[in-house]
Amino acid sequence: MSNQARFNDQRGLLLRAVRPYGEAAVDVRILDGTIAEIGADLAPADDETVIDGGGAVLLPGLVDLHVHLREPGREDAETVRTGSEAAALGGFTAVFAMPNTDPTADTAGVVEQVFRLGEQTGLVDVHPIGAVTVGRAGLQLAELGAMADSVARVRVFSDDGACVSDPALMRRALEYVKAFDGVIAQHAEEPRLTVGAQLNEGVVSARLGLTGWPAAAEEAIIARDTLLAAHVDSRLHVCHVSTAGSVDIIRAAKAKGWQVSAEVTPHHLLLTDDLAEDYDPVFKVNPPLRTASDIAALRAGLADGTIDCVATDHAPHSSEDKESEWGSASPGMLGLQTALSVVIETMVETGALDWRGVADRMSAAPARIGRLADQGRPIAIGSPANLVLVDDTAHWTVDRAALASKSRNTPYEGRTLPGRVVATFLRGTATVLDGKLVAGQVAGASR
Amino acid sequence: MSVSIGRHLLSSQDLNNETAVALLDTAARLDAAMTGREVKKLPTLRGRTVVNLFYEDSTRTRTSFELAAKRLSADVVNFSAKGSSVSKGESLKDTALTLQAMGSDAVVIRHHLSGAPRRLATWIEGSVINAGDGTHEHPTQALLDAFTMRRRLRDGEGDLKGLRVVVVGDVLHSRVARSNVRLLRTLGAEVVLVAPPTLLPVGVAEWPCEVSYDLDSALPGADVVMMLRVQRERMTASYFPSAREYSRRYGLDAARLAKCEEHTLVMHPGPMNRGMEISAEVADDPRRSVITEQVTNGVSVRMAVLYMLLSGEGVANE
Amino acid sequence: MPAQSHSASQIDLQAPKTVLSAEDMARVLDRIAHQILEKTRGGDGVVLMGIPTRGTFLAQRLADRVATFAGVRVGLGAIDITMYRDDLRSQAFRPLAETREPAGGLDGKLVILVDDVLFSGRTVRAALDAIADLGRPRAVQLAVLVDRGHRELPIRADYVGKNLPTSVQQQVKVRMLERDGSDAVTIVGPAEFEEGHGE
Repeated sequence: MSNQARFNDQRGLLLRAVRPYGEAAVDVRILDGTIAEIGADLAPADDETVIDGGGAVLLPGLVDLHVHLREPGREDAETVRTGSEAAALGGFTAVFAMPNTDPTADTAGVVEQVFRLGEQTGLVDVHPIGAVTVGRAGLQLAELGAMADSVARVRVFSDDGACVSDPALMRRALEYVKAFDGVIAQHAEEPRLTVGAQLNEGVVSARLGLTGWPAAAEEAIIARDTLLAAHVDSRLHVCHVSTAGSVDIIRAAKAKGWQVSAEVTPHHLLLTDDLAEDYDPVFKVNPPLRTASDIAALRAGLADGTIDCVATDHAPHSSEDKESEWGSASPGMLGLQTALSVVIETMVETGALDWRGVADRMSAAPARIGRLADQGRPIAIGSPANLVLVDDTAHWTVDRAALASKSRNTPYEGRTLPGRVVATFLRGTATVLDGKLVAGQVAGASR
Repeated sequence: MSVSIGRHLLSSQDLNNETAVALLDTAARLDAAMTGREVKKLPTLRGRTVVNLFYEDSTRTRTSFELAAKRLSADVVNFSAKGSSVSKGESLKDTALTLQAMGSDAVVIRHHLSGAPRRLATWIEGSVINAGDGTHEHPTQALLDAFTMRRRLRDGEGDLKGLRVVVVGDVLHSRVARSNVRLLRTLGAEVVLVAPPTLLPVGVAEWPCEVSYDLDSALPGADVVMMLRVQRERMTASYFPSAREYSRRYGLDAARLAKCEEHTLVMHPGPMNRGMEISAEVADDPRRSVITEQVTNGVSVRMAVLYMLLSGEGVANE
Repeated sequence: MPAQSHSASQIDLQAPKTVLSAEDMARVLDRIAHQILEKTRGGDGVVLMGIPTRGTFLAQRLADRVATFAGVRVGLGAIDITMYRDDLRSQAFRPLAETREPAGGLDGKLVILVDDVLFSGRTVRAALDAIADLGRPRAVQLAVLVDRGHRELPIRADYVGKNLPTSVQQQVKVRMLERDGSDAVTIVGPAEFEEGHGE
């Protein structure tokens, strides 16, 4: 610890033998939170700390457009601090926090509170997402402009967990946020088609007697919203795309040049609905786990850019909300500490994405959609030193008790996953070293 | 395959052909042993505790299990959701731990949520018997249905190979249908599901049975017609336009029954909506309707299940 | 009691040893049938209740012999004791066998329980409970083909085909024509002690 603390007191940092985007090994010098020099065999300066990367892969710090930090309101499940710790350990340098807190983040006051908590924690940049409607009730627009103008500078708005299902209201929201270059991130779920829905509607739900969540309920909203976005020439972002049909609709919308972006979660790239067989609610999530053919389509969509990015939908839940009957359990899964590993397993090891592709889908694209200027930048001289170092040869076994989150609802318990985050740097300051949090550490106040 | 018994009975899928037949044989023996006896009690489960944990009202099923356990001399505790800590928001897990601490040997659970018995089984050491969970399964109902069919149509022996069973009604929401399709197939019967398309689950094509939307064409050749309860409330959710239209297309009345074979049995898991899915005339037909017999047979079948699950590990050779 | 008729140290311990041949079994059953007639003064009011599976066959054979020897048709039934066992937890599931009451029931009758092997006595104890649930006989007696000792309860047989001293580890196997294709009683497994290893 004292080594690490001393290390962070020093200004200069030299990363030795790291492979940007998994390519040729180089040394990277970081000064004043910025990448200062990249080259072979850089000589260390006197007061510089040297980290031997050992050939690990260097990527831009990951950006997550979709997390639930539960603060304020459900601090028993997660806080901005514990969520930030999980994020840093997962290789993230920025996260977007969904507004379904208590109170709802639907005013400048609440989003500023979350923003400040993120700053105080200082492990990752925490960008609050504002609610589209008051109380996420879907009836009346929240003060989107006030949130945009607040210290938190909100650009992403979502009622996530609930769909903005009223088409007239959705149209107005899409139009209104154009004034400050905002984007509506839609949780696409036609509520009338998903009353009581528990699991992907199909063979498994029929067998288990669980009310089906039809793919069409997602696709219908995405189709409608792409048309609305085109009509008012605004930006639409589709949260957690989960079906093959959704990929097709988004691909068609993009082909027409409409401003549509989309995200997919790691769990929808890996897990299928038959995991519900034992009714363990750790596999309950919304939208639900789908089928193997959906997974294939989602991977293909992410590979060809139809789906712009990976977002975790990190959703911590207390044990009371998860250790129950399937039907009364809350939907959601932890995701921050496992996201990169799942993407490596599903996309890199299968050859669907190379490391530049990973850097785009997990850093550059989400930063672009969320309008972050200092995140998701290429590894180049002059870029902010938001970086993650990944040992791509390592494997680790998920132990939920060892995760940083306050909650334990990981669907990957006991699974062995590839790739380990060795170090994370936020504007040149290490938040994670040797796979462990750097203690007592406040970074990034200079933002 | 051979007789094999797990600790729990959560689904009809837990039973293979041999085990299901052994269970039906045992139920038949128990039934014979109990008839005409002055003392309707066997000492088998003396000192054992069976808990009836009912989150849904079901006097019929609860009474049947209670009688079964008592006839085997078990101590029975009724733990109904109403008026207990359960209704005060205690979680299923906490209730399970309480029951565990009290040393219950078997928990009979009825729950409005699918899969609750399977969750319960992960939290307690004793046996769990599914007495109906949500829209999932109701395996002892399927067993007593099979028992009734076997007694009436197979001389009370063997399995149900070659039997043609038509199940009519709200398959989508029916735990009885799910359990019956599985068990009847295991026992060698053919199953035909008949319902309006709105009341069949997406994915039903994968089930080991035929599916038809037309009752009249499915009736000829049926050995058993099992009518499922259709709640009138389904109408308001537009599963069908009106009770009258449902009854016309999918209800069993005397005219329809006349198209069946001489020996065709009419079954219903109860409670019936007379005039909706079944006419009073058919329900009370003394020759065809075995609806009250189903209820009677329930006790023997549940005794057999309790005996089977609470026996020691494994299966005796003889 | 007769001396042991075998020497364990001289034979293959695992090889089954025949202790009653088909002819022996027939002679033994003849004798028991005669004893029953003698002891019950001609079989009046007697009901033979076989304990499944092989006790049922034995009861049938005894009833046939009594009929042949004395022209008397005694009552015949079967009583399954599965649900009366006191050791459910340690006993595996087995499907129940038939319980059959003779016409006229058991009230006031002299019931003779018939089983193949008498060992701990627990089966007989269970059978007595089962009988009590069926009716109120005048008296209950017990007939067994083989008594192998090692009683755990104060129970003894009224009619014994053969007393067979055994070790607890040994298994006594009764084969019967009706079920097994031939009649024989064999003993398998090691004797209690070999020479030089006595207590």
